[in-house]
Amino acid sequence: MIEISGLVHVYPEGTRALDGVDLHVAPGEALAIVGQNGSGKSTLVRHLNGLLRPTAGTIRIDGRDAAERKVADLAAIVGLAFQDPDQQIFAGRVRAEVAFAPRNFGLRGAVLEAAVDEALAAVGLVEMADTNPYDLGYSRRKLLAIASVIAARTPVVVLDEPTTGQDLRGTSRVRRIVGDLAAQGRTVIAITHDMRFAAETFGRIVVMRDGRVVLDGAPTVVFAESAWPVLASTYLEPPLAARVGARLGVGTTPTEAALVAALARRD
Amino acid sequence: MLELRGVTYRYAGYARLVLHEVNLALRDGEIVGLIGGNDAGKSTICLVASGLAPASVGGELRGEVVIDGTPTTSLPVHALAERVVLAFQNPATQRSGVTATVFEEVALGPMNLGLPVPETIQRTRQALATLHLEHIADRDPTRLSGGQGQLVAIASLLAMRPRHVLLDEPTAQLDPEGSRLVAAALRDVAATGAALLVAEQKTDLLDGLCDRVVVVEEGRIALEGPTPDVLADERLESWGVEPPARVRISRALEGARLPTLHQLGWMP
Repeated sequence: MIEISGLVHVYPEGTRALDGVDLHVAPGEALAIVGQNGSGKSTLVRHLNGLLRPTAGTIRIDGRDAAERKVADLAAIVGLAFQDPDQQIFAGRVRAEVAFAPRNFGLRGAVLEAAVDEALAAVGLVEMADTNPYDLGYSRRKLLAIASVIAARTPVVVLDEPTTGQDLRGTSRVRRIVGDLAAQGRTVIAITHDMRFAAETFGRIVVMRDGRVVLDGAPTVVFAESAWPVLASTYLEPPLAARVGARLGVGTTPTEAALVAALARRD
Repeated sequence: MLELRGVTYRYAGYARLVLHEVNLALRDGEIVGLIGGNDAGKSTICLVASGLAPASVGGELRGEVVIDGTPTTSLPVHALAERVVLAFQNPATQRSGVTATVFEEVALGPMNLGLPVPETIQRTRQALATLHLEHIADRDPTRLSGGQGQLVAIASLLAMRPRHVLLDEPTAQLDPEGSRLVAAALRDVAATGAALLVAEQKTDLLDGLCDRVVVVEEGRIALEGPTPDVLADERLESWGVEPPARVRISRALEGARLPTLHQLGWMP
């Protein structure tokens, strides 16, 4: 359980990136955080593994104050795949990069190899295990960053814009990974600008604006017509399926499947 | 006009060809979308069209890249920069690393072109205003959010008032409002007579922006044509490209034997 209360973060130069965030995340929950650029999404998740410390407010993870725990302890609980994979990747081989975190958590031998193989398979990089990460294109480096947190087997996985630069196949892969992680009982928190990905992949969507949470609920709540003014104030638009559904008066249809089903019912 | 004539390319140290006989002409004032799956060759086309490959990154190029009638091979890198600029996929790759504020970062391009200080300042202010970045002008460029960093990278490019512009996934990290601002800025650049090439995964963005769209698959041009035709092509998904939402929804309605969006009275 992650309990964030009144979280404020002010960067050294004075930018107030978080301005009182309250958020509870239950174990095994899959949630997306959306919001305009600079609304505090990345700043928020960097508090979960201790990369940033609160200016005010608290974060409790499994009942314990995160402020009292070392980054190394938090890293064993919360795995974070960075928005920019190049901030994360440092090893000379794909396999070594993925093995780094689980080895640090004490995995050895066949267990370690299995964790690495499983993660490489999940992101589709098995055949590139011996490649230098910098010989991979940007989209594959993003997938490599995700593989590293899968292999770490942390109970909480945070993905910062996992679908950026992914093509259709890559996006479906990320969607499947989120589903698999959730099915394993791991908590998944993803930051995204892709409203369709958010609506189709996550049971809960948190909308941020100016360092605060302004909407929090299921896709049918966050993309309901009554919430559109709040979304518009964050410069976000509901997915096209939701806009079409509202216009045609068939209720809130955050996904294309929901829209088709609602229209079929009407006929 | 920026042209790739029969371009075949491989990166330094690799035997594999990344581009095969690519012919592509970007006419003045035209915005051309470039789509394709990951590793299809989009970023390489941008690098080659900018002249940076092979001039800066090495590799072997056969064929010709011609900018306004001049082959890039006859131009030194600084002269290339006055004719064509490339916005990199990862804004961190592009950031100079030598400036203390966003304002200085955006001013660096015009300064390096040797422009007078008043003009540099004026261009910088204008580029920041175009992308609504005035409020972060004094911030440290290394301490921005991913999306803000991407907007600053594009502002830096606008301030150079380039002849032609290539953008490698310019809105990948942007929110919808940022994407709209960038699209509007690109239309303004095209209106000055520049040729623009926009490599993107977001077909919804290209839908309303581009005059033409080119599909690249395994280093070859697979399809080229007017935007509505290409984005409605049935083969798009097999090339790893997601069709725009309106195309997907229309197909889903058709598949369920429901009336079309148009018949339902829905207009974009």
